[in-house]
Order: sequence, then C-alpha cells, then structure tokens
Amino acid sequence: MFDGITPQLLFGQLLIGVINGSFYAMLAMGLAIIFGLMHVVNFAHGAQYMLGAFVAWLLLSTLGVPYWGALFIAPVVVAIFGLVMERLILKPIAHLDPLYSLLVTYAATLVIEGAVRLNYGSTGLPYSSPLPGGVNLGFMFMPWYRLWVVVFSIFTCLGTWLLIEHTKLGAYLRAANESPETVESFGINVPRMVTLTYAFGVGLAGLSGVLAAPIYQVSPSMGSTLMITIFAVVVIGGMGSIMGAILTGYLLGIVEGLTKVFYPEGANLVIFFIMLLALIFRPKGLFSGEKS
Amino acid sequence: MRIALVLLGVAVALALPFFVYPILLMTILCFVIFASSFNLLLGYVGLLCFGQAMFLGLSAYIAGYLLKTTGVSIEIAILAAALVSALLGGFVGFVAVRRTGIQFAMITFAFAQFVYFMLLQSDFTGGEDGMQGIPRSDLFGLVDISDSRTFYYFVLAMTALAIFAIYRVIHSPFGEILKAIRDNEARVESLGFRPERFKIIAMMISAGIAGFAGALKATVFQFATLTDVSWTVSGEVILMTLLGGMGTFTGPMVGAAAIIFLNDELAQFGEWALIAQGVILILVILFLRRGVVGEAGALWRRMRNRNKG
Repeated sequence: MFDGITPQLLFGQLLIGVINGSFYAMLAMGLAIIFGLMHVVNFAHGAQYMLGAFVAWLLLSTLGVPYWGALFIAPVVVAIFGLVMERLILKPIAHLDPLYSLLVTYAATLVIEGAVRLNYGSTGLPYSSPLPGGVNLGFMFMPWYRLWVVVFSIFTCLGTWLLIEHTKLGAYLRAANESPETVESFGINVPRMVTLTYAFGVGLAGLSGVLAAPIYQVSPSMGSTLMITIFAVVVIGGMGSIMGAILTGYLLGIVEGLTKVFYPEGANLVIFFIMLLALIFRPKGLFSGEKS
Repeated sequence: MRIALVLLGVAVALALPFFVYPILLMTILCFVIFASSFNLLLGYVGLLCFGQAMFLGLSAYIAGYLLKTTGVSIEIAILAAALVSALLGGFVGFVAVRRTGIQFAMITFAFAQFVYFMLLQSDFTGGEDGMQGIPRSDLFGLVDISDSRTFYYFVLAMTALAIFAIYRVIHSPFGEILKAIRDNEARVESLGFRPERFKIIAMMISAGIAGFAGALKATVFQFATLTDVSWTVSGEVILMTLLGGMGTFTGPMVGAAAIIFLNDELAQFGEWALIAQGVILILVILFLRRGVVGEAGALWRRMRNRNKG
C-alpha cells in the first residue's frame, strides 16, 4: 500500500494539509470567539471569508491596490460589514434562543452569496500570487507564498489567543461572557463590546479570505463549502475553546492531507469520520476536558 | 366549523389538478410532508435538524434504485426507502443527541454533508448526473397510475396518510412527552423518562416521514439528483416551517406551498430565488417569529377574547 509514495507526494500533501489547516484554524477561532461572547453560531462566517477574498480581488482589479494593501483594507471593510450586520439582524434577536441567530446568519449567507453571484457570476476568479517562486528544499518545492500563509496564520492565531486569554481586554470579554450585568456595573459598555467582538471575528474571517485569494480561486461558494468543514472542526474541538479550535483546525488539516496520500477516496470523508468518533467517545469535545 | 374547513380543503385538493399544472401541485404536496416532518422535530421537540435534506435525498435515490432495478410495486419501493431513511435518522439521532441545542444543529448539518459526499461518490446514484428514468410502477402491482393527473391523486392520498400519521404522533401520549422535553427537559428526566431515547425515536419518525416525501418526490419527477441532499434544501425546509409557523400543525404546509410557489415564479430569475428566500427568512425571524399561521391563530384568539369580555 505504501508503494509509489514519493517524498514529493507525501510532503506536498502535508503542506496542502497545513495550508488548509491554517484556514480551518483561523476560521474556527473566529467562530469560537464570537460564540464565546455572544452565543451566536455565525453561519455567515464562510460568506464573510468569501467577502474578504472578493474585496481583495476588487481592490486589485478596479483600483489597482496590491495584495499587501488589501491585507489591511479588506479585513477592515469586512469588519465594518459585520458591524452593520450585528446592529441590523443580530442585536434585535440577542435575547432569543441561539437557534435564531444561527438561522438569521444562514439567511444572511444566502443573500450575500446570491448578491455576489448575481454581480460576478459563479466561476472562480484568479488572483495572482504576490510572492511568486519558491525554494527547493531537496525533498520538496516550497512556494514562498504558502510559507508566508503558514507563518502568518500561526502568528495571527497565537496573537489572538494571547489577546483574549492574557490581556485585560480579553479578561473583560471573558467576564462579560460569564456575567454581563456585573461587567456593566463596572462601567463597561457591554453591548458595544459585543458589537466590536463580532466585528473583530468577522474581520478575522475577512483576513483569512484575503490570505486565501491567491491560493484558492475567488468564487462566491468558496466560503460555504469550507463552512461545512469548519462546523465539524468546532464540534470536534468543543465549542467556545479558542485554543481548542486552533489546534483542532491544524490537526484536521494535516490529517486530511495525509489521507489524500494514503487513501485518496476517503479524503472528503475523513473529517466527518473523526467527528463521529469524537462524538461517540469524547462527547464533550476533544479540548473541553482542560477547562471543566 | 373545523369539519367544514377540512371538507372544503378536500374538495379544493380534488379539483385543483384541473386548473393548475399537476407537477407543481405534486411538488407542493411532497414538500408539505417534508416540512411537516421537519416541524415534528423543531416545533414539537425543539430540535433543529439542519440536515433534513439527507433523508429526503437518500430516500429518493433508494426508491429510484428499487423501482429501476427490481420489479417491486410503487408502494413497496416508497415504504422501503422511508424505512432506510428512518434507520439513518436513528443513527444520526444516536450520535447527535449527545450534544444539545445549537450543536445538535451543527452536527446534523455536517452529517447531511457526509451523506451528500457518500451519494456523490457512490456508483448507483449516477454521481453529478443524478439518477434518470425512474418508472412509476403499478400500484399494488395492479393499477396503472402513471398518467400525471391519476398520479396526482395517488400523491394526494399518500400526503393525507403521512399528515395523518404526524397528527397521530403529536396527539399521542408519546407526543405529549416530546412537547414536555421541548419545554423542560430536566423536568421530564426527573419524572423518570429518558429524553435521549424519545429524541432518537422522534428523529426516526421524522426521518422516516421525510424519506417518504423524498421517495414520493422521486416518483413525481422520475429522477433523483444531488440537489435533494444539498444544504440549500435543508435550509429551504427551515424557511417553510418558520414562515408558516413552527409548532403549529398547518403552518409548515402553508409555508411549503408558499415557498414552492415562489420558487416556481422566480425560477427564471436564477439567483433571485435564493436571495428572496434569505430576505424572507431574515424578515420572518425579526418580525414574524410565530409565522403566518401562528400569528393568525393569535389574532383569532385575541378577537374572540375581546368579544367575550
């Protein structure tokens, strides 16, 4: 069974796995942050990721803004979009069962994807790599851009984790999750914090979208296909644990990549099998044991 | 009053195929069953199954496969497909009830996609092309019902059967326990019942009826495609139920008819159908959470109380 597996194939797929894992980790982390504070499962996360990629593409093709500019501008644009979304459709139903916020963000996804498809069609749009070329490591060829994505995503994940778990701001966030009234009585504007947190999570999705634009094709459905995997990642890692979401994201990306090498037919399904196993044997989530 | 309304409904249902395109009517009927099966979970147990399409789609393929490759009569194929769907529902329930609330929704969503990939990669489904040329075999092996208008009456009778089954479930002692689980799960548990078991059985019933709808749909269109398993259909049935009114018996039926009609009208405008669905769902969640039937019922009760007082 292991015949014909060259180092090039093995490490090539491993790299793809780490790349995919980077996106799983960043998106699952954003989802966990939003869920942690608001108890909202943000179904629109995938659509917002797609918007990030689209804004980057629009900036380049209409205004000539290069990738490095888009990397700053697009997440801000998407975050502002998230801010408006929170005020318009999430805030009015914040007191209801979380099922409603899942459904309303699902509905928003239909509208966002439909609107983009209406204006730009459903075919993928190319976005050329800002870092062409790469380095030959002997056992494999490493494109510069992919190396950049891996390094950048690890720093983003660690930075966000530190921000939330080890700063005063993060302490406010976690406290507001436990008891919004108490935090409010200390003079902190909790509703504004909620809005800004949602915008921050959405901005992270937009940032992932810009990062993804040169790797995957920019297309309206790029987010919703990814969302299915992200849901599985979040279920496996346990909801609400930020580090759990990050680690599960990378881990599953790598497992998926390795499955492509050893059992290609199973690559589409392996994450769901892991989800099944995790639900049966670790019903509380892989990383929830650390907290409770 | 109520009997008169039901009789009027039956008369309209019998006369409709002489005025409206039968295929459209049959599509509505299939989705009436499908939405009611979904409502059984969301409205009466409080479980949001975000992958109800997996039952519809799987069952459509199985009924189609049986009708194409074996000589079984149509009712056997539909029942067998519904049974397989119920088994899948039992398995999904077994795994998914380990998490409650919002995570139940996410797990069923992921599960549906898993079924989607399985069907995409299976040989018997025809992959991306779907399964074509599903025959409408004779009823009980005797009666030829392949003509569109005759077939409509068959579908109508099957719909009545399925709706009656749901009615019986809701108004049984079992149904009362389901509603109690929705309202206060801990209380039910403290009374010595096991909520998980009831939820799994409810999943099986709901999945079986959804599968029944899917098998019927496959014989109506005479093909089965991956669209029936896709998440847009899972979302559509949520919209139907919420629009009509979740937890009301007739709400999902009204919602199903309205959305299928809307889809039919907007079919030529491509993307607009999905955008319209999204906008309607947002508006329903923000302003009309009881749904059309639920609001009408509340209004009716208010008026009656005012007249009394």
